[in-house]
Amino acid sequence: MSSYSITEPSRGMKWTAGLLVVAYALITLLPLLWIMATGFKSTNDAIAYPPKVFFEPTLEGYVNLFTIQNRASAEQLAENPATTWYDRIVQDKGMVISGPSRFGEMFMNSVIIGFGSTFLSVVLGTLAAYAFSRFRVPLKDDLMFFILSTRMMPPIAVAIPIFLMFRAVGLSDTHAGMILLYTAVNLSLAVWLLKGFIDEIPREYEEAALIDGYTRFQAFVKVVLPQAATGIASTAIFCLIFAWNEYAFAVLLTSGNAQTAPPFIPTIIGNTGRDWPAVAAGATIFLVPVMVFTILLRKHLLRGITFGAVRK
Amino acid sequence: MAEIELRGVTKRYGATVALSDLSMTVPDGAFVVLLGPTGAGKTTLLRLVSGLEQPDEGEILIDGQPVTDLTPAERNLAMVFQQYSLYPHMTVRENLAFPLRSPRLRTPPAEVARKVTEVATMLQIAHKLENKATALSGGEMQRVSIGRALVRQPAAYLMDEPLSSLDAKLRADLRIELKGIQGNSGATFVYVTHDQVEAMTMATHVGILDQGRLVQFATPRQVYEDPVSLYAASRLGQPRINILPADLFDGAPAGAASIGLRPEQIVQGEGDASRVIRVEHLGDQTRVHLSFRDHEIVTVTDPHTPLRAGDSLRIRPERPHYFDTDGARIA
Repeated sequence: MSSYSITEPSRGMKWTAGLLVVAYALITLLPLLWIMATGFKSTNDAIAYPPKVFFEPTLEGYVNLFTIQNRASAEQLAENPATTWYDRIVQDKGMVISGPSRFGEMFMNSVIIGFGSTFLSVVLGTLAAYAFSRFRVPLKDDLMFFILSTRMMPPIAVAIPIFLMFRAVGLSDTHAGMILLYTAVNLSLAVWLLKGFIDEIPREYEEAALIDGYTRFQAFVKVVLPQAATGIASTAIFCLIFAWNEYAFAVLLTSGNAQTAPPFIPTIIGNTGRDWPAVAAGATIFLVPVMVFTILLRKHLLRGITFGAVRK
Repeated sequence: MAEIELRGVTKRYGATVALSDLSMTVPDGAFVVLLGPTGAGKTTLLRLVSGLEQPDEGEILIDGQPVTDLTPAERNLAMVFQQYSLYPHMTVRENLAFPLRSPRLRTPPAEVARKVTEVATMLQIAHKLENKATALSGGEMQRVSIGRALVRQPAAYLMDEPLSSLDAKLRADLRIELKGIQGNSGATFVYVTHDQVEAMTMATHVGILDQGRLVQFATPRQVYEDPVSLYAASRLGQPRINILPADLFDGAPAGAASIGLRPEQIVQGEGDASRVIRVEHLGDQTRVHLSFRDHEIVTVTDPHTPLRAGDSLRIRPERPHYFDTDGARIA
């Protein structure tokens, strides 16, 4: 007779559960894999019907994404023989590269604005959440609700006033303006999330530090911050994901200088509206930073999204 | 090495009054034990002295200097909390070194290492120094938190039931150790406990708190032998003092409502008859539960007593305490 536990699932149950999870993961990942595959297709393969699952991979999409090209005559092509692999890809189509595209710039804008606003949101959010958690703040509950209410309005409703204000103070289409805007939107989330985490940290730790000869700020840095690391990491991920993917404000408030990647990627499709591989390549590259950031903080995120339910 | 004085201190939390117009002087080098049931204000008193809370009224002085406006760090006190006191993200060593490394002390690293080792050895946790604070048993955590207070030489030590989660043997060891530290260093201790033995063995003074008021402040002997009230009398003594209606025995003074009898105030073999209900051999003492005119009395008897349940035993009060209807001592 083998031992039997009512809390431990049987071998068969584990296998079934495992298969279900794998199947679900495949279904949800499929669109993502399709985008990644499309980035390596030729323009014709990308819009072929029926869709091609197996195809000859090419870097044409990536080259189109990063370059501006002009049509060239046969003589021009003969005068400038291709010297690099990307020149060759372009010249095979009867084109020459006339310069880099602005994708790199827009991508960097996304990085600066996304990480900048995430950093600010988390720093300000942690300080505010600590104050709300520990000090006697007059009208605390009303203020917390007020902070949350800033998130209730859809971007489109506030975009025009913000546009006018930004123009008046010279923040239109600047990195600083977009960082401020995303920080303002993310702060409500950051304060609420972090307050929950800091509430969970017993005050006795700080009190012990106060008596051990530290000031309140030193106690905050040495004792509270290390224990709020989980909350800070998961809040940072949520803030970055929002700022990184934000589209409405980016379309309405930026044009060239501080434009982020989301409004730029659709324009890559070109005049003919056929260059899906370049769009897919842009989307694939755009995915990478958030994925890397999330994987780096994955351990914290898993504990974070359960909101303290499995703490300790 | 400090005298702590509270003058007319009142502390309220909303509608509840935690401490009410409390005045007390802890002499330099004294070991004061605060006694009282949960909610009597013992912990509040420690928190006010430490500076974690501000009094609503009154003043607190350390060595004659008002400290009400000083931060906890500036008061230079060490405190052992009842729970949650170890920094969970640090090792035992880092926990013990934390007060020494504070910006106020800035102890050189060699000195930190020496003191940490010294305290860890004394508290028998030297082998756990590199453990995470969360990977300790309850008793070990408690010892580390005592250690964190002992690494410093503060003006006074405040301790909130520091030995409560330790086993009997360790508790006895640490009791002697703490008393030794107090004796050698002449440090001032304010110590909260529920444990009679701790109170009787360690205290130079006992403060009895009742609903935020200090009802008696005296040496443990004095509180035991000469309690000001029924309440104070019930705080000390094992078995507890027997409280009976005053008219149960002859000779009660006028106005007495109840009579208090400690075991040594009950003479056995003389007086009126009572019936033995139960004999308990506790090892260090032997208790007899008696039924006397429908009232139960618990007293202590000879370890090798031949008494058994159902036997008859004559008892007589000797110099008992008498209390009036409000519980105040009248004789």
